[in-house]
Amino acid sequence: MSEATPLLQVKKLVKKYNNKTILNGIDLTVDKGKVIVILGPSGCGKSTLLRCLNGLEDIQDGSILFAGQELIDPKVSWQKIRQQIGMVFQSYDLFPNMTVLENVLLGPIKVQKRDRAEALAQARELLQRVDLADRENDYPRQLSGGQKQRIAIVRALCMNPEIMLFDEVTASLDPEMVREVLNVILQLASQGMTMVIVTHEMNFARSVADEIIFLDNGNICEAGHPEDFFNNPQTDRAKQFLNILQF
Amino acid sequence: MLNSGINVLFEGINMQRLLMGLLVTARVAVFSIIIGCTLGTIIGVIRTSKSKIIKMVFRIYLELFRIIPILVWLFVFYFVLPADFNINLDAEIVSIIVFSLWGAAEMSDIVRGALISLPKHQVESGKAIGLNTIQLYWYILIPQSLKRTLPSAINLATRMIKTTALLVMIGVIEVVKVGQQIIEHANLKNPTASFWVYGFIFFLYFIMCYPLSKLSQRLERKWAS
Ligand SMILES: Nc1ncnc2c1ncn2[C@@H]1O[C@H](COP(=O)(O)OP(=O)(O)OP(=O)(O)O)[C@@H](O)[C@H]1O
Ligand SMILES: [Mg+2]
Repeated sequence: MSEATPLLQVKKLVKKYNNKTILNGIDLTVDKGKVIVILGPSGCGKSTLLRCLNGLEDIQDGSILFAGQELIDPKVSWQKIRQQIGMVFQSYDLFPNMTVLENVLLGPIKVQKRDRAEALAQARELLQRVDLADRENDYPRQLSGGQKQRIAIVRALCMNPEIMLFDEVTASLDPEMVREVLNVILQLASQGMTMVIVTHEMNFARSVADEIIFLDNGNICEAGHPEDFFNNPQTDRAKQFLNILQF
Repeated sequence: MLNSGINVLFEGINMQRLLMGLLVTARVAVFSIIIGCTLGTIIGVIRTSKSKIIKMVFRIYLELFRIIPILVWLFVFYFVLPADFNINLDAEIVSIIVFSLWGAAEMSDIVRGALISLPKHQVESGKAIGLNTIQLYWYILIPQSLKRTLPSAINLATRMIKTTALLVMIGVIEVVKVGQQIIEHANLKNPTASFWVYGFIFFLYFIMCYPLSKLSQRLERKWAS
């Protein structure tokens, strides 16, 4: 990949559900090492956009390029691409029939066919980093929401993804657990991980983002540096959105 | 006198004959349950496919076994097939085939129900780590749904065991048939033979099915919470 190629490039992406247009020509460029935060009112299509990037939704028009490679090309296998795109969802989505360690190792060993000892060493190191080294043999039901969500992040990271997608990963957590999960993401940002993050935590968005994308009605209304966006929003829709959040 | 009638069970080799009959019943039931559950699990997985044609074909298969009595299926396989297609099968083999097909049809519905009731997020997070469809089913969906299918699968097994009583009708010498033979033989000198023989058969079915039905109740209660 040459220096100039963005890691992820979305061009004129259109997504419809039964003729209802959800995303109406989204253009988005994510350079390597950058953190993009997507904000917007509920139902504006944030989750849908992330799901398109990971091939969980088919798209009706436009294109998605990952490392310069066209993704809607039928020759491209999503299974291959998904190994390079980590995704963490809002619901705690660990596999309940497996222990923490089995959850984390499933992808590296069964999908990537890596050496077990090597994958295990990495899994343990990552668990250490999120402070859950002692829970590797627990089942998901024995963990709190915040712990499950940190494991879900580790599970995605253990695939050595090029980019991480986070969809409101703290939205269903109790307030005291939000912090521990956001800290993990902040830590990733400082290590230079490329990320696209959907969140309702404005302070977090402000501190982690290199760029804020404000989505409304299936369009990007506003895009820019977080300080500019929060201090001086340009569009009425964005002003309104920020006002509501401030009571 | 009722109390002397019980001797019919112990006369000659009657007890051995009844237990041999029970063995035939158990053999048909065990083979049919194993084949039916395995085949049914596979069909249940296939029935979660998006293809309308596949869904419809297996739906028809299931409905055929629900609408048409098992006895009729036994007759079709035992009397019609040999006559019209020149396929001659031993009655016990026919029984195992019919019961396995029936078990598979019912099991497929149980498995399918459990699979589609799993949260959609399990599928998506599996896909997100790059699992292919087979891996997704094998590591995530099937293990999670098997637990949910167990109580209903056990119920199905007890139904299959009980229904083996129909095998008399195509001449399988299973426990009920042996009982009838013993009664016919003893009836003249022992008018209460049928009471004791059928009572004993009742008891045999009870000890085969009761533990299973209790187990299924226990699992259901345990997993409901
Ligand atoms: N499977 C689906 N079928 C039909 N419509 C859908 C489907 N999934 C989402 N939608 C619609 O698409 C729109 C965007 O949904 P999406 O989940 O992307 O919103 P969002 O921005 O993530 O909202 P939130 O902040 O509440 O998570 C909504 O109007 C929703 O009703
Ligand atoms: Mg959403």
